[in-house]
Amino acid sequence: MNMQTETGEFIAKKYEPKGPVVLDCYVKNIYYGDFRAVRDTTIPVEKNKVTGFIGPSGCGKSTVLRSMNRMNDLIDSFRFEGHIQYHDHDIYSKKVDAVIVRRYIGMVFQLPNPFSMSIYDNVAFGLRLNGYKGDEEEMVVKALKRAAIWNDVKDKLKNSGLSLSGGQQQRLCIARAIATEPDVLLMDEPCSALDPIATRQIEELMVELKQHYSVALVTHNMQQAMRVADVTAFLGVDISNGGRTGYLVEMDDTKKIFEDPQQLLTKQYVRGEFS
Amino acid sequence: MVHDPFKDSASGNTLSAPPSPTDYMKDSIFRSFAYFCALSIILLVAYIVFELGSQALPAIKDHGLGFITGTTWDTNQNEFGVLPEIWGTLYSSLLALLIGGGLGVAIAIFLTQGFMHAKVEVMFRTIIELLAAIPSVVYGLWGIYVLIPLIRPAAHWLHETFGWFPLFSTDLSGPGLAPAALVLAIMILPTVAAISADAFRRIPYKVKEAAYGMGATKWEVILKVMLPTASSGILAGLVLGFGRALGETMALAMLIGNVNDISVSLFAPANTLASLLASTFPEAGQIEIQALMYASLVLLLITFVVNVAGLAVQQYTMRKFEGKK
Repeated sequence: MNMQTETGEFIAKKYEPKGPVVLDCYVKNIYYGDFRAVRDTTIPVEKNKVTGFIGPSGCGKSTVLRSMNRMNDLIDSFRFEGHIQYHDHDIYSKKVDAVIVRRYIGMVFQLPNPFSMSIYDNVAFGLRLNGYKGDEEEMVVKALKRAAIWNDVKDKLKNSGLSLSGGQQQRLCIARAIATEPDVLLMDEPCSALDPIATRQIEELMVELKQHYSVALVTHNMQQAMRVADVTAFLGVDISNGGRTGYLVEMDDTKKIFEDPQQLLTKQYVRGEFS
Repeated sequence: MVHDPFKDSASGNTLSAPPSPTDYMKDSIFRSFAYFCALSIILLVAYIVFELGSQALPAIKDHGLGFITGTTWDTNQNEFGVLPEIWGTLYSSLLALLIGGGLGVAIAIFLTQGFMHAKVEVMFRTIIELLAAIPSVVYGLWGIYVLIPLIRPAAHWLHETFGWFPLFSTDLSGPGLAPAALVLAIMILPTVAAISADAFRRIPYKVKEAAYGMGATKWEVILKVMLPTASSGILAGLVLGFGRALGETMALAMLIGNVNDISVSLFAPANTLASLLASTFPEAGQIEIQALMYASLVLLLITFVVNVAGLAVQQYTMRKFEGKK
């Protein structure tokens, strides 16, 4: 039996996490001004797993992901209803500074966005920000190696990060994000601007990353979700009443979502009947 | 006829057609016009330098490099030297760059980094651009009647208390370097602010996002990310502002005191090349005019060197930060 809100809107069956939850995300509503972008979406991000977000364009998967480290605070009209518990602390609590949230919950963006500074300084940026006292160079090299870009840049660490190709820039951004070993890593379609080889490398990286962290991954590419995500959330778009509101349709183990989805909408989507 | 080898082999119902002869003609006319415009700028600059040089030639022969190191300007003894003016030009412009440049960049940050509502921002921007529209003679009058009386007590106090410090070693008797540099700073401020603000606005949103995404505070985002990213644009603004300060004439002629002394004191009267030219030309005889032509060549050279140096620094930062060749 499907659950419904008082107004008769569909609510997805709750996904029961099998392990400890790092980021317990419950979105009642997300508004941009008067526009209701997302409603009734509950997504627990489990520790040491990759949680994938899939769904058609405009379903709000990026919006939900960006709410998880309060990146949406940069947008004035943004309004969040609900709560996101990070180790039992609500990151949207009035007492919590968004800056601190973003230090523990790192992010990799859709388009590569290295800073106008040297490759080395790009990676060291977060370490310096967090006042890291140890061997900075060692951490930078480690991050570059893990982001599978060390061999490309080891001879030109002093060059500008912007002198690299698009795929290299994105891996540099990943190195920048993981250099400070954030507890949770949010990735917003990190491979959408990459060629297949770079994509492969980054997917391998994600699988490796989850040994240490928890990863939330938005992807437009269903094969990618199948390859790397342990758990997958499928979001749909509700266009009734002239709106365009995203909501969670189904969340389950990735295998189950792709092989035996319970909702018709999920079934149609994973079969590629709409996108 | 235009050569079109594809017409026959393409499928019969294609609408593709080659450009007509007139299209090609427009193309070449436009190209020639563009070349002509570019060339005429080069010719104009060359002509100005040539004309100045030929008029200054007798003075150059007479005084040689002694003109640049000499410190007196005396028509009766036919002794001409512009070292005090060179000193005054560079000193006042550097001071103006320090004050106006700093303020200009700060204003640009304030305008572009989300400190205020968009409507208020437009208002602020208009007011700052208005500063650039005020004629320099008005600045001069304002300097004489408002600024000098205003800063005189402070200058007096600084001289009395810190008179041993070279910068305050003389008292402000009226016109002098300090009021001139302050007015210059206000005059170059809109240039620096507008160009720096553009440089900040050109930074893609994704860069700001990345900086905040790393968990940087607003101050860290601005200082550690936005400022280096905008640095080449800011430098361009500073170079333009400095160039404007070097050549500014009217306000300086009214405020700087026109005294051929070399002094590090902020409150001593001084002179600049542009102000020397403006105040001496009307009554100059032939010999003096030749010397003035020489002086304007020197000013031209200083401006040129500053611009080239600025460009070089800008190229360097672009290479360093943005990885552009």
